[in-house]
Amino acid sequence: MLCVSLNAQNPSAKEIIEKVDKNMSANSRVFTSKMIIHNPRNTRTVESKSWNIGEKKSYTEYLSPPREQGTKMLKLEDQLWIFSPETDRIIQISGHMLRQSVMGSDLSYEDMMEDPHLLNHYTGKIDGEEKIDDRTCWVITLIANTADVAYQMQKVWIDKDRYIPLKKELYAKSGVLLKRMELSDIKQIQGRWFPEKMLFKDILKEGEGTEFHIEEINFNVAIPDYIFSKASLKK
Amino acid sequence: MIRFLLKGILRDKQRSLLPVVIVIIGVMLTVFMFCWLKGVLNDSVELNANFNAGHVKIMTASYAKNVDQTPNDLALIGVDTLMLKLNKEFPEMKWGQRIHFGGLIDAPDSKGETRTQGPAMGFGIDLLSGDRSEIERFNLDKSVRRGRLPVHSGEILLSEEFSRKLKVNPGDTVTLIGSTMNGSMAMYNYTVCGTIVFGTGPMDQGSVIADIKDVRNALDMNNAAGEIVGYLPGNYYDEEKINQIVTRFNKLFPSSKDEYAPVMLTLRQQNSLGNMIDQIKALGAFAVFIFVLSMSLVLWNAGLLGGLRRYTEFGTRLAIGEDYSHIYKTMIYESVLIGIIGSLIGTTIGVILSLYMQNHGLDLSSMMKNATILMPAVFHARITSAAFFIGFIPGLISTVVGTALSGIGIYKRKTAQLFKELEA
Repeated sequence: MLCVSLNAQNPSAKEIIEKVDKNMSANSRVFTSKMIIHNPRNTRTVESKSWNIGEKKSYTEYLSPPREQGTKMLKLEDQLWIFSPETDRIIQISGHMLRQSVMGSDLSYEDMMEDPHLLNHYTGKIDGEEKIDDRTCWVITLIANTADVAYQMQKVWIDKDRYIPLKKELYAKSGVLLKRMELSDIKQIQGRWFPEKMLFKDILKEGEGTEFHIEEINFNVAIPDYIFSKASLKK
Repeated sequence: MIRFLLKGILRDKQRSLLPVVIVIIGVMLTVFMFCWLKGVLNDSVELNANFNAGHVKIMTASYAKNVDQTPNDLALIGVDTLMLKLNKEFPEMKWGQRIHFGGLIDAPDSKGETRTQGPAMGFGIDLLSGDRSEIERFNLDKSVRRGRLPVHSGEILLSEEFSRKLKVNPGDTVTLIGSTMNGSMAMYNYTVCGTIVFGTGPMDQGSVIADIKDVRNALDMNNAAGEIVGYLPGNYYDEEKINQIVTRFNKLFPSSKDEYAPVMLTLRQQNSLGNMIDQIKALGAFAVFIFVLSMSLVLWNAGLLGGLRRYTEFGTRLAIGEDYSHIYKTMIYESVLIGIIGSLIGTTIGVILSLYMQNHGLDLSSMMKNATILMPAVFHARITSAAFFIGFIPGLISTVVGTALSGIGIYKRKTAQLFKELEA
């Protein structure tokens, strides 16, 4: 009984990550979001609506500002297409283009292609505990165990009570810090904890970073399959 | 005495022809080489000035630090106001707004999917406003290989080699995929209206040119420009005038910590052009120096030969009582006259040859195909005022020096030997 109790108080890194993955992922999601991009010279707000099935299918339509309105992105497995209403063309984003910034934000197309299930690609090790905004967190280092990830190493601060990451640091293979994420406005939505605000900062880029606000989100909703097709990009 | 010596030179061709011919050849080569080097330098400077550096270039301070990356997110904004100020404060200069950009040119198939794609280096310049300055600087009228220049918005020129690589012809639609000023992906359709040959390797491999207004629309750069280039009247680079322009500009826009404040760079301060200009100038001066030295040696030799041939004459003249110094003086005067005659003819021929090369040039495009630096394919000579007297320096001085050196032998002549030679 003592062992069971101890295990519950001291879960392994794998168990922690499993619970995090359960919170952050779902069979399907539909959400509207607002991305506030703080560039050195100006601040822009981009609104979008996204439909996701698991981590393999994703469809996003940009709603504003007028220049971006009507731009759509479709992700199927490991392929990504973007439709531009101005040119009426569907272009596949691959290779070095994946490292380009999405709408000038601190996120890249590569970031959007990333599988949110950390356990599928990383092995974790608990380094200790720290406090973030009065929340006690496990500090876990994740090392990639597959080659096809954007970040070979991640350091995550996981809220011990809610099993939600509050902070993430994303590293290159060389150990150079590339991006930082801070997750806040944690709300309970449909029985799970989920952050409604994420602040992304590309360390190699000037500016104050990109705020990603979830305006509305629904989990495990039925999404018609026709949405995830190249034909729907032009509709 | 001068008339007497001149008559002697003109009548005794056996004595004077060889030295004059040698001076003519030496001076002609010196003048031609000087004009050629001037022309090569000027062509390289002009090419870089027209395509890239301008005589001066205005950018933001942060753009200037990273200019090789054409960071349009650091471009000048509010250029309308800036241009008004520049035209008012520097009415003597011609200004041009430009946007340099990189991206992909994507050619679609009948379904609208990618057929071919290739990386491009782009220029957004004024093609449609009616001011043809930029068209002339880029020499676009003479560079069109197929099709025509843009006359409508939404048209683009591709380099001929690039269009053949992409299998794109005038009339086809292509999509530019690049980055906006805000860093997001830009996609913009263009109609290929023509293809051009720049005549320089790097630009022929993957360049596109479109009107700056279209590029602004494509890259979300309203009222912005990556750079503003300025040119002196006549399009001739004058360093002194340019330095004055910079001084006036720095008074209007004093340096500040603001990384987006405009700064002005001269042609010399960009792309190590200053080093290149100095090196070519130094090379030219060194080459002229070597030539003068070589000419001096050659003419010393010629003077020696002439002196040796004329030893009998000198001996006779010494024997009949002519003074050593008088003979020496006449030799020097003769060499001055030979130098002047040879230099005049040599300069004339050199200038004529240079004029031909100035107008026609030497086409080295076959050697420049794989060049990665911006160098002209056709090199011209350039005649400047210095060309009309540069030949006189080796032509006159080296002739006189050679004769002076060979004439020293006269002072070493022993009187006893003279009579032996007289008898001979």
